[in-house]
Amino acid sequence: MEVLVAVSVGILVACAVYLLLRARSFSVVFGLVLLSYGTNLFLFAMGRLNTNQVPLTSMPGPYTDPLPQALVLTAIVIGFAMTAFVVVLALRARGILGSDKVDEKGSDV
Amino acid sequence: MLLFFILLLPLLGAALPPLVAHWGRDAAPLAAAVFSSIALALLFILARHTFDGAPPELLLPWVPALGLELALRLDGLGFLFAFIILGIGLLIIFYARYYFPAEKRLGRFYGLLLLFQAAMLGVVLSDNLLLLATFWELTSVSSFLLIGYGFRAAEARRGARIALAVTGAGGFAMLAGFLMLGHMAGTYRISELLALGETVRAHPWYVPMLLLVLAGAFTKSAQFPFHFWLPGAMAAPTPVSAYLHSATMVKAGVFLLARLFPVLSGTDTWFFIVGTAGLVTLLYAAYLALFQHDLKGLLAYSTVSHLGLITLLFGFGTPLGAVAGIFHVINHAIFKASLFMAAGIIDHETGSRDMRRINGLWKYMPHTALLAMVAAASMAGVPLLNGFLSKEMFFAEAVHQEWLGAVNWVLPALATLAGAFAVAYSLRFIHDVFFNGEPVDLPIMPPHEPPRWMKIPIEVLVTLCILVGVLPAFVIKPLLDVAAAGVLGAVPHYDLAVWHGISPPLIMSLVALLGGTLVYTARRWVFMFHDRIPLVDGSVIFERIMAGVYAAAQALNAAMDNGRLRRYVGAVIVIALLLGMAPFLSGRALLGDLSFTAVDGVSAVAALMLAVGAIASVLFHEQRLVVIIMLGVVGLVITLAFVHFSAPDLALTQITVEVVTTVLLLLALFFLPGGAGDREPRMRHWGDGVLAVLAGTGVAALVLGVLTRPYETIAGYYLANAKPIGGGDNVVNVILVDFRGFDTLGEITVLAIAATGIYAMLRGLGLGLPQTDTVGRDWSSERHPLFLAILSRPLLPLALLVAIYILLRGHNAPGGGFIAGLIAGTALILQYLASGIEWTQARLRLRYFQVAGAGLLIAALTGAAAIAVGRPYLTSGLLHLELPIIGELELASAMAFDLGVFFAVLGVVIIVLAHLGRLSRLDVPTPLETPEEAR
Repeated sequence: MEVLVAVSVGILVACAVYLLLRARSFSVVFGLVLLSYGTNLFLFAMGRLNTNQVPLTSMPGPYTDPLPQALVLTAIVIGFAMTAFVVVLALRARGILGSDKVDEKGSDV
Repeated sequence: MLLFFILLLPLLGAALPPLVAHWGRDAAPLAAAVFSSIALALLFILARHTFDGAPPELLLPWVPALGLELALRLDGLGFLFAFIILGIGLLIIFYARYYFPAEKRLGRFYGLLLLFQAAMLGVVLSDNLLLLATFWELTSVSSFLLIGYGFRAAEARRGARIALAVTGAGGFAMLAGFLMLGHMAGTYRISELLALGETVRAHPWYVPMLLLVLAGAFTKSAQFPFHFWLPGAMAAPTPVSAYLHSATMVKAGVFLLARLFPVLSGTDTWFFIVGTAGLVTLLYAAYLALFQHDLKGLLAYSTVSHLGLITLLFGFGTPLGAVAGIFHVINHAIFKASLFMAAGIIDHETGSRDMRRINGLWKYMPHTALLAMVAAASMAGVPLLNGFLSKEMFFAEAVHQEWLGAVNWVLPALATLAGAFAVAYSLRFIHDVFFNGEPVDLPIMPPHEPPRWMKIPIEVLVTLCILVGVLPAFVIKPLLDVAAAGVLGAVPHYDLAVWHGISPPLIMSLVALLGGTLVYTARRWVFMFHDRIPLVDGSVIFERIMAGVYAAAQALNAAMDNGRLRRYVGAVIVIALLLGMAPFLSGRALLGDLSFTAVDGVSAVAALMLAVGAIASVLFHEQRLVVIIMLGVVGLVITLAFVHFSAPDLALTQITVEVVTTVLLLLALFFLPGGAGDREPRMRHWGDGVLAVLAGTGVAALVLGVLTRPYETIAGYYLANAKPIGGGDNVVNVILVDFRGFDTLGEITVLAIAATGIYAMLRGLGLGLPQTDTVGRDWSSERHPLFLAILSRPLLPLALLVAIYILLRGHNAPGGGFIAGLIAGTALILQYLASGIEWTQARLRLRYFQVAGAGLLIAALTGAAAIAVGRPYLTSGLLHLELPIIGELELASAMAFDLGVFFAVLGVVIIVLAHLGRLSRLDVPTPLETPEEAR
């Protein structure tokens, strides 16, 4: 199971990096979304992969580590805000530069 | 505590002059004077204890872990300096009132002056090295602001910049030296340090530490080769030059030498560094002072020279040398401040500071001339004036020192030479300005005496020159004794008398007087000789170095920052790869000892789906609708992974974020439809591909490496205390809203900031609506499908109910503010999508900025409630209730915090999506916000 998770994280990161290096802004956004998936899964895996150990103290133990979960939970929400920000940034760049290429030089921004 | 107020009064007072300046011309000076006077009165109340041998102290912890404490101590040395700072400060406040033109508002000037005063008092009263360094930097900054007071003049800006660069850099070096010193002695407390001199001097770090500390002292006190900033600082208004750049701030360096004298002095290294710097500065600056044509330039170089003299006295390392050094600090402050003020008057009344034009002023302003001549005579070391006394002590020390062995005579000889130059430039100041024929082409002609009151501060100081010079034992001995005791612990025997009989120092004084007169008489030849010497001004070298640094920085910047995002991203990834690779290359095994757990079929299929989704989104990245669907697949698999690995909260969050992200991407898709490939060279694709595979492999290896090694966690604390302290069973939620509540508060703040940024970027953005989709088809004429609209409406109350349920149970079961906020946001967005913005906005009259803001406020106030009952911020409270029907109920204050999170997340989601959605509706003018907000 560890290998499976490791490979999954690896694939997510590899795809994300490739997309991040593309020339058009929407692809970069996709890359960021994939990268946050990969990162969240990576962080989560650092708390180890335990099944049926939900950290609810009303249930009988043992419990998995709740700390990475708390970290990842906020990371997911912040990730959404970041994606939204980058998307709008891409729109604004298109509006001003008239292009969706990330390295386009604007005439006068 | 009174001690603290001496510092605090000018600091608080600094805010006042700018506030009252518009009341009238006297308001700002008056405010400044009141605060300084009270501080001075406090100083004298406390000084009683200092003179009794029990210096008042104050100790407040600040950052104990760093050794930083608010430790103040008013010993003799501190008292002397504080007296000079406040006393001369008051005179300057008075003088500046008349110096500046009548129409000028003086709020900023007096505010800065008091700020400097507070900083300087901090330097001399600190009993902690780190505190001293803090105030030290503050004096550099306030000096920068005061030099640049007339910031419209390029000269002022340049002078301010150079002064800040030199003294600021020296301050950094000094801080490093202090850190070493504190480490060597085991304490940062100065009063404790003074007893540890032996330890410090025997320590192997002594020399590097000494060099760093001296770098601070020498830059501040303008010692060669750092002296050049001080003449440049003369661009400041003359009251500032008189106060900071002759009487007080430039003395901070020699103050430091005095303060640490018992700890650092007495070694050969000390003598050769401090002595050499002092001697070179003394001679070099005395020589240059003679050739300045600017009145203030002459005084500036003379100040540098006198600072060199004081440094040299401390460099001798003898108790009597230290006493003479302190004495000269007092004398120099008195005569130089009065000379600067006189120069200010001359500038004020003639409109010029050029000594080639200002001549013969004796005729026009005899009163001022008399005052200036007495002060200048004191500067020259004429008997019966205070400057003579300390200069004689200096000559005596120069004769008595024995560091140089066989060539001991060199030092008295050079000292006499410097004395001769001091006489020569003092003579030039007197003769060139007040006699020497008629004024040449003055802007203001004929000059008059200044307002009566403007001369009062000078009269006070000149009277002191004479009093100290004639009756030293009565006037100055008690002060000098207590200051010397502060430096040395005990007062050595010394004799303050005007007449010592015929002795080597007296002969040296006479030689200097005669020699100086001779030099000045022969000035025509001396000036010709000087013109032949190619001398490069230090500030020119400094500017050249700075220009080089700027050029190098620009070249580096041009190479690194070429405005290409892809290069930046590539660089970040390559560097991360290299850093991540390093541990693997060191030969450690990739895998740990733990064995793998078994793979089940469902997981394998899920992982396959994830791989397919991710790879497909790369392969089809120009067909954006496909990618959005593929990303949905990936997100779904990750949600399932969270479910499988005991993280129901994460699964709920992920699935709801998935929905809003998809809506977001679809909205943006309308404007960024993709289509034709990016037509890039094949090499580029391959290069990026290799980088991507390397990055993925690296991260995978890292995950494997971690997962096969034993696990240590601090989770035990949270699991054990979630219920007793946090009052909830859902440990993840309790961590978020209770244990790490402050982080969460920060996070929802970031959310709100992102939403505000998005709103700002979308304002006034017109993208031009695409009339067809990428393959040329018209848009559907049915804007809001009836079926969806009708179905979605009854869904809203149900979804909101679910959201509230999820919110309420969050503390004990999977759920909470984040998830509930996302669910409610999705439910509302569905209405916007199904029925249109205007339809929904007409019925849901919510202002989402206020919703998000209210959320932040609730969260912050919940935390603040804890302060109200005397607990630290964000401490949660528990409330047990027995309610009829419902039964036992446990309420934690953290649940209110969670409510804040809920509103913040809800508000942010709607702001982002609704405003983005509105972009495509710009053809129909529909204000999303109510009119007053749209403004």
